[in-house]
Amino acid sequence: MAGTEHSDVWDRRVASALALVRRRLTGQYEVDEFGFDAELTEEVFYPALRPAYRKWFRVEVSGVQNLPLTGSALVVSNHSGTVPVDSLMLALAVHDEHPARRHLRLLGADLVFRTPFLSELARKTGGTLACNPDAERLLGSGELVGVFPEGFKGVGKRYTQRYQLQRFGRGGFVSAALRTGAPIVPVAIVGAEEIYPMVGDLKPLARLLGTPYFPITPTFPWLGPLGLVPLPSKWLIEFGEPIDTMPWHDQADDPVVIFNLADQVRETIQQALHKLLKQRPDPFG
Amino acid sequence: MRTVVVTGVGRFLGANVAARLAADPGVGRVIGVDHAPAPDDLEEALDRTPSGHASVVVVHADLRTSEIADVIADAKADAVVHLAVVTSPDGYPGGRAGMKEQNVIGTMQVLAACQQAPSVRKVVIRSSTAAYGASFRDPAIFTEDTEPREVPRGGFARDILDIEGYVRGFRRRRPDVAATVLRFVPFVGGRVNTRLTRYFAQPAVPTVIGRDPRLQFLHIDDAIEVLYRSITEDHPGTFNVAGPGVLLLSQAIRRAGRLAVPVLEFGMSGAAALAKRVNILGLSLDQVDLFVHGRVVDISRLIKEYGYTPRSTADAFVDFVQAREPGVLHAERVAAAERAILDGIRQVRSGRN
Repeated sequence: MAGTEHSDVWDRRVASALALVRRRLTGQYEVDEFGFDAELTEEVFYPALRPAYRKWFRVEVSGVQNLPLTGSALVVSNHSGTVPVDSLMLALAVHDEHPARRHLRLLGADLVFRTPFLSELARKTGGTLACNPDAERLLGSGELVGVFPEGFKGVGKRYTQRYQLQRFGRGGFVSAALRTGAPIVPVAIVGAEEIYPMVGDLKPLARLLGTPYFPITPTFPWLGPLGLVPLPSKWLIEFGEPIDTMPWHDQADDPVVIFNLADQVRETIQQALHKLLKQRPDPFG
Repeated sequence: MRTVVVTGVGRFLGANVAARLAADPGVGRVIGVDHAPAPDDLEEALDRTPSGHASVVVVHADLRTSEIADVIADAKADAVVHLAVVTSPDGYPGGRAGMKEQNVIGTMQVLAACQQAPSVRKVVIRSSTAAYGASFRDPAIFTEDTEPREVPRGGFARDILDIEGYVRGFRRRRPDVAATVLRFVPFVGGRVNTRLTRYFAQPAVPTVIGRDPRLQFLHIDDAIEVLYRSITEDHPGTFNVAGPGVLLLSQAIRRAGRLAVPVLEFGMSGAAALAKRVNILGLSLDQVDLFVHGRVVDISRLIKEYGYTPRSTADAFVDFVQAREPGVLHAERVAAAERAILDGIRQVRSGRN
């Protein structure tokens, strides 16, 4: 077997794919203490998302230079779309558009970690429970952390309320940033609101299933599994100017400081949403 | 340190800690306590007299009675190491009820004996990270200050919560005694035989469908080292003791060359409930909770206080795997298959060109 005749591109691809399969089968890969599996995320998960990112939603990203090249930052975004596809697209945007190809460590609701399969997918792709100990540990070790302070109030809102930011909760994300001195990068995502326009909510069924809502969209549940296909809206993601939290570093438990900063972040995102919507007059254009 | 009393010397950890202390010329006398004589292989460890030093004096006493108070008082013990904490009822006389008696009543009696003995200056208690319970709202990594959110359903975890409660009471009543509580993760190592090591030694390993918990292990030699240092040095407080890093359950099974067999959670809980009476799969609710939630602890307090870092979870696990029969999917076989497939593809392609 002469080396030269096999050094073509297909041989390398086959060999590296087989090596990947071998590493996966024998457990020879690393996960961090949160369960983040960088190899699986980069080699399997992100490639599976890329067609949706590039072809279906045609995501355009601006302001990536507002994310630090190294060190921690808390990325705070609006949340929408009935199914939180926006969190996946945001993580892929950070990885693919950032020069250092950084990973966004997402904070998720406890429902995510209660649900079999979903919980493991979330952990393996870098997610963890939205709670202050985890947020502060990640920020303290210099990670980019992504959070959606609206939570289910954001993803589960009606289509008529689209692009209206919901309440931000207790502002736990602000205190995590203050304690660790991490800057806050506000993010506005336009496009996710139109993927599954929620026109109704079957509350009794949601209670029965233990979910926060049971959506009725123009296609779901009427078209069955076909109704699960998201509408191909045009997406814009803008990373805003970072907000320095160092001036309030020692006031992480002052509710006045927390609420003021949370309001400032909320207002910044709301204005960015209005601006981006003007840039995108046709949701499906 | 003149006299040290070690409980649980009839088991692997206790016997080895006692032997390690007896080998130290700085320790005067080591008295080992257990209710039953140690198995032959452990007896040997206890009788070993390296450097001609005194061996371990073994006393048979029932920890569930006040006999232990007499042992500690008669010996004028300076330090007591309580290791007679049982992690699973497998092969334990009286099953789960006997295990609970041993853990809860045994610890009460030992601590009461220490409280009454003016000579005692130091107490070291074996605890477990099961003290953190298992809940979906838990942070990913537990520090020593994390409180359990829900009372765990596993028997061992409940025992641990009781044991730590008694230690809190003891600390209040004897503030002059340095009390060290060591919260261990499961032990592994070539010589360890626990419910968890037997679980990983099966050719096909049951797991919970849709769950892939993060696990940590501690090499048994590191457990012995940390216990030894807790006696010969002063480290009052509560410490997590684990190998740095984590392995996912699926990853550990793959590294052991075993096959994972996903089972429905309630099926596994049901099997565990049934196993209370008939031991079929060697499962307990403690284990099912571990396999659903996983458990990872922060060990920075241990490293800072002891100046000692245990070998990593992955290294400890490798040591355990290498001491066992290789599984069907062991690394060399998979690597050979990889080479064979690659060669096959190359032959087909070069034949076509």
